[in-house]
Amino acid sequence: MIISKQKGLKEILGFLKGAKKIFLVGCAQCATVCKTGGEDEVNQMEKALKKEGKVITGKAILDPPCHTVKAKQFYQKNKDALSESDGILAMVCGDGAQSIMEGTRGKKVYPALDALFLGMVQRGGHFIQKCVLCGECVIDATAGICPLTVCSKGLLNGPCGGSKNEKCEVDRERDCGWIMIYKRLKELGELDKMKIIRGAKDNSKALHPQKIEG
Amino acid sequence: MSLRKAIESKKFIVTTEAGPPKGIDASKMLEEARPLAGRVDAVNVTDLQSAVMKLGSLVSCHLLKEIGIDPVFQITCRDRNRLALQSDILSAAALGIENILVLTGDHPLSGDHPQAKAVFDLDSVQLLEAVSGLKKGKDMTGNKLEGSPKLCVGAVVNPLADPLEPELIKMEKKVAAGAEFFQTQAVYDVRGFEEFMKKAKRFRVPIIAGIILLKSARMATYMNENIAGIHVPDELIKKIDHCDDKPKKSIEIAAGLIDKLKGPSDGVHIMPIGWERYLPQVLDAAGL
Repeated sequence: MIISKQKGLKEILGFLKGAKKIFLVGCAQCATVCKTGGEDEVNQMEKALKKEGKVITGKAILDPPCHTVKAKQFYQKNKDALSESDGILAMVCGDGAQSIMEGTRGKKVYPALDALFLGMVQRGGHFIQKCVLCGECVIDATAGICPLTVCSKGLLNGPCGGSKNEKCEVDRERDCGWIMIYKRLKELGELDKMKIIRGAKDNSKALHPQKIEG
Repeated sequence: MSLRKAIESKKFIVTTEAGPPKGIDASKMLEEARPLAGRVDAVNVTDLQSAVMKLGSLVSCHLLKEIGIDPVFQITCRDRNRLALQSDILSAAALGIENILVLTGDHPLSGDHPQAKAVFDLDSVQLLEAVSGLKKGKDMTGNKLEGSPKLCVGAVVNPLADPLEPELIKMEKKVAAGAEFFQTQAVYDVRGFEEFMKKAKRFRVPIIAGIILLKSARMATYMNENIAGIHVPDELIKKIDHCDDKPKKSIEIAAGLIDKLKGPSDGVHIMPIGWERYLPQVLDAAGL
């Protein structure tokens, strides 16, 4: 799931300065779970923007906005309202916002959210990053825990030596990723896997923009 | 004696550390290092220690070499990708620098440019492998070099890491990747160090114990709370706290530790952390 947070109203009003008539778009999936761009948040945004003198030309929650076909359907359905809007405030991730921009034939799209990471939902409002989309999964050798994500330095061959009381050098509240991996490997009787030198990553596998066609 | 010769002769190795300035005036670093020429086997130069932007380790090594010191070029994985790392290692060798010490590096968040992008394209084990390749005349993708570096390659280990086992696993990988010597995190607990040495002996590489000059009780408390693998015992904290002449007491404490380490360790690496000027007195007091 794409974890996001809402931008502050001040920043949003800053880039909406020249736009009076706004169409609000939310996301029925990730941003709904994150409570950043679901129905409730879209309604709250409507109220807040109206208070600032904006005119809301329409509201829609796409399911999901990151699907070009859905974005195109949204455009067909709301053509009139969109044509009289100065822009769309996208309460969705950056991927969804650009899908909306393309689906609405280049309508001005303003981002209301900052997309943060690919994350796991622990419980309401609690999300955690487990994967950095490196393009070359290694967790077979690391007891199912991704070292590129849990280690602040993304090391592949063991701890940096900076952990104190098993906590990370960068954040003393957070467990050292490599000690977590070490303990789990030991529990599984697979500590030998930690003894194998892992070569340098092939960063060309995570170049951007990426594309898969068929 | 050069570091390589010291290692080959199996003598008690003595190295110290120089910190480059923030700026281009290296005169203080050089003046403080000058009396060490001929007295220590090598002087390490830190590579933006604690992720604080300073004059580079490579250039500082070159300046030290010009005044007759055998420098150890410390190189971390924090700031350079594999192209820059390999290139800087070749550059060091082309300048006649004979030793390098490979480290992971502190995260930029702990330094004075916390907004910087942390690179870590390679980790320390992978960088050691890359250096071994360069020594054999090949870069990381197997391209042939015109002239290959002859380097004495070191790595670091934290002998009092807790848990120790993952640290030992990584140490073993560093040896396999080409580490010829180790310098350690500061040791205040000699008995703990002896225990570590029993386990690390099988790697058959010289291990040089780290000594940090203890400057104050506050510094000891800070290190105990924040620095991995360092535990300054209360007894030493009291000694440095209840004395009138702190440098004198610090020299005495360091000399005492060095004396105790002469048995279990293959050498000492003295890190003065700003007290470079007292290094000759530490060496005198330790009979080195």
